[in-house]
Amino acid sequence: MLSYLINGISLGSVYAIIALGYTMVYGIAKMLNFAHGDVIMVGGYMAYITSSYLGLPYGVAILISIAVCTLLGIFIEKLAYKPLRSATSLAVLITAIGVSYFLQNAALLIWSSNPKSFPNMVNFGTLEFGNIRITSASIITFLSCVVIMVALTLFTNKTKVGKAMKAVSEDKGAAQLMGINVNATISLTFAIGSGLAAIAGVLLCSSYPNLTPTTGSMPGIKAFTAAVFGGIGSIPGAMLGGIILGIIEILSKAYISTELSDAIVFAVLIVILIVKPTGLLGKKVTEKV
Amino acid sequence: MKKKLLALLLTGAMVLSLAACGADAGTADSAADATETQTETTETEETTEETAAAAETTDGAVTGTLKLGFIGPITGAAGQYGSLANYGAQIAVEELNALGNGLTIEYQPEDDVHDAETSVNAYNTLKDWNVQAIVGCVTTTPCIAVASEAYSDRVFMLTPSASSPKVTEDRDNVYQVCFSDPNQGSKSAEYISENNLATKVAVIYNNADAYSTGIYQTFVSEAENRGLEVVSTTTFTDDTTDFSVQVTDAKNAGAELVFLPIYYQPASLILSEMDKQGYEATVFGVDGMDGILGIEGFDTSLAEGVMLLTPFAADATDDATVSFVKKFNDKAGETPSQFAADAYDAVYTIVEALNAYAAKNGALDVTDLSAEELCDILISTISSDDFSVDGLTGAGMKWNASGEVNKSPKAVIIKDGVYVGM
Repeated sequence: MLSYLINGISLGSVYAIIALGYTMVYGIAKMLNFAHGDVIMVGGYMAYITSSYLGLPYGVAILISIAVCTLLGIFIEKLAYKPLRSATSLAVLITAIGVSYFLQNAALLIWSSNPKSFPNMVNFGTLEFGNIRITSASIITFLSCVVIMVALTLFTNKTKVGKAMKAVSEDKGAAQLMGINVNATISLTFAIGSGLAAIAGVLLCSSYPNLTPTTGSMPGIKAFTAAVFGGIGSIPGAMLGGIILGIIEILSKAYISTELSDAIVFAVLIVILIVKPTGLLGKKVTEKV
Repeated sequence: MKKKLLALLLTGAMVLSLAACGADAGTADSAADATETQTETTETEETTEETAAAAETTDGAVTGTLKLGFIGPITGAAGQYGSLANYGAQIAVEELNALGNGLTIEYQPEDDVHDAETSVNAYNTLKDWNVQAIVGCVTTTPCIAVASEAYSDRVFMLTPSASSPKVTEDRDNVYQVCFSDPNQGSKSAEYISENNLATKVAVIYNNADAYSTGIYQTFVSEAENRGLEVVSTTTFTDDTTDFSVQVTDAKNAGAELVFLPIYYQPASLILSEMDKQGYEATVFGVDGMDGILGIEGFDTSLAEGVMLLTPFAADATDDATVSFVKKFNDKAGETPSQFAADAYDAVYTIVEALNAYAAKNGALDVTDLSAEELCDILISTISSDDFSVDGLTGAGMKWNASGEVNKSPKAVIIKDGVYVGM
């Protein structure tokens, strides 16, 4: 039981770290960036290429991957989402799905669909307590989640730029009148979200070493579920939602059925949304992010 | 006018290619001893002189141009199987063409990325090209889809490695070079118990996959007969990346051996998860495990000691294998897997069958034969009792009318990053 719980938490923290990126972008830009999972995949490939082909140390590879994804995020926002700033949210949503497919197929062209086995970039050994083993990848993923969650919360509440973000999320028009550069703020949000995606990509692939152009899509959907679960827009909610989702998934695999685990996860989501429509930590009059 | 020009060009090309073949024949012969017939050299001279017209005059020989298609996952999650099988088939085609005995094989490979729909599209592309017989498909699920199309179109299929009985059952036109799944499952259980590898066994299989489920079922029933105790059975589906539950279950149940009737890509994730959990059990796979060493970036030390049931070991010392491995290395830059050997044997089996038919029924020019006519010829020959092929994947391979092959199994173990025969 305990080992399943630990497996659940380590899977959950992978979901959580992806969910943080989702919730960050949603909280401020009010849009579901479905391409987030695919930015994660790009992050994974960047880290793989820089370390395996160019032979750079893992630390440098991760930094390059973060930089590339940050630029990619800004680029996607400028090219695909900015022209739709005043369009309906449905149009933006469909565009996001389009971007997601674009990234997947571009990756298919560039890197082909042959799976690559990702090296464990955060391997510092394994903790052992009798029968229970915790890998460094799990610990680091969990710690990164906590650090990112705290940092993001402090950033949005204490810094000037962060407060500007909150203002934009509450009322774009009013924020502009108060002298906030709305476009720059939204770009920054995407930059941060995509940088987080690169970190998530490296951690995801270090735990589950299988890199293909569709690597990001399934975890992306699960993480989105986790974000909704915890209350989309809420940063601690994303973390909580991710961890709970991971635990439910592993426990239902272990004790009920491996095939039904996804169905159970989504059934729990439906129940939560019926009882508490804004998610676990979502507030009715949302103070987003 | 255009037609005449074309005809001229083609005749020219043919004469040239035949001449070239004649020159090469001496060097290629030794490698291709599997199909060598006594009359080759004399025939070569005749055909070179008389060009295409020779077909009617030679006795009991196969001449003309055979359009041979190949379908398999050359890229994609199962890309290791298809790309290596493609190289294997190419080597066979090159060897046969180099014999210069009047038969020229035109070979066209199509990629199906291990997807049923893509595979049927690939099949249609080959149909448009007027394919006469198909080596394929490499993997089971696409093969089932293509086989039903090919059955209604009457196109002969010889699959190197699609091992499910669903591929061949109720279809007289589909044959297998590899073992069928029921055979793989029971032979694995037999091998494990006869070599005392373990008494407590865990099985992890993909229950969204006909191949995996098929092997699992026969494995379990044979394991029971032989007193092996299956202590943990867990499943997964195609998109699974987290195997912590399956591995934990096997570990807690105290299994000494984990049987993985699955493809190499999920197998690599399971091996990495076993390493993470510090679970040291013997891992036993079937033909799907072949290719695990070829995954880009895969840490081969994880696969150390993995055993797999396979009809082909690249380190075997017989002449045919040594020559094939050498050619394969030159061409593909890696060691051939059993898929490569299966595909190689598949090409040879088709040509051998044509030779056998011609030996019985007189000269055969395959150029203008429709796929349907060729299909009837191949079916009647391959399933006949006196037809057998000595290939890389087994001596005296014989086929029954349902399309299943009969040969004896071997196992290999991975040592220091290479497959070693056991």
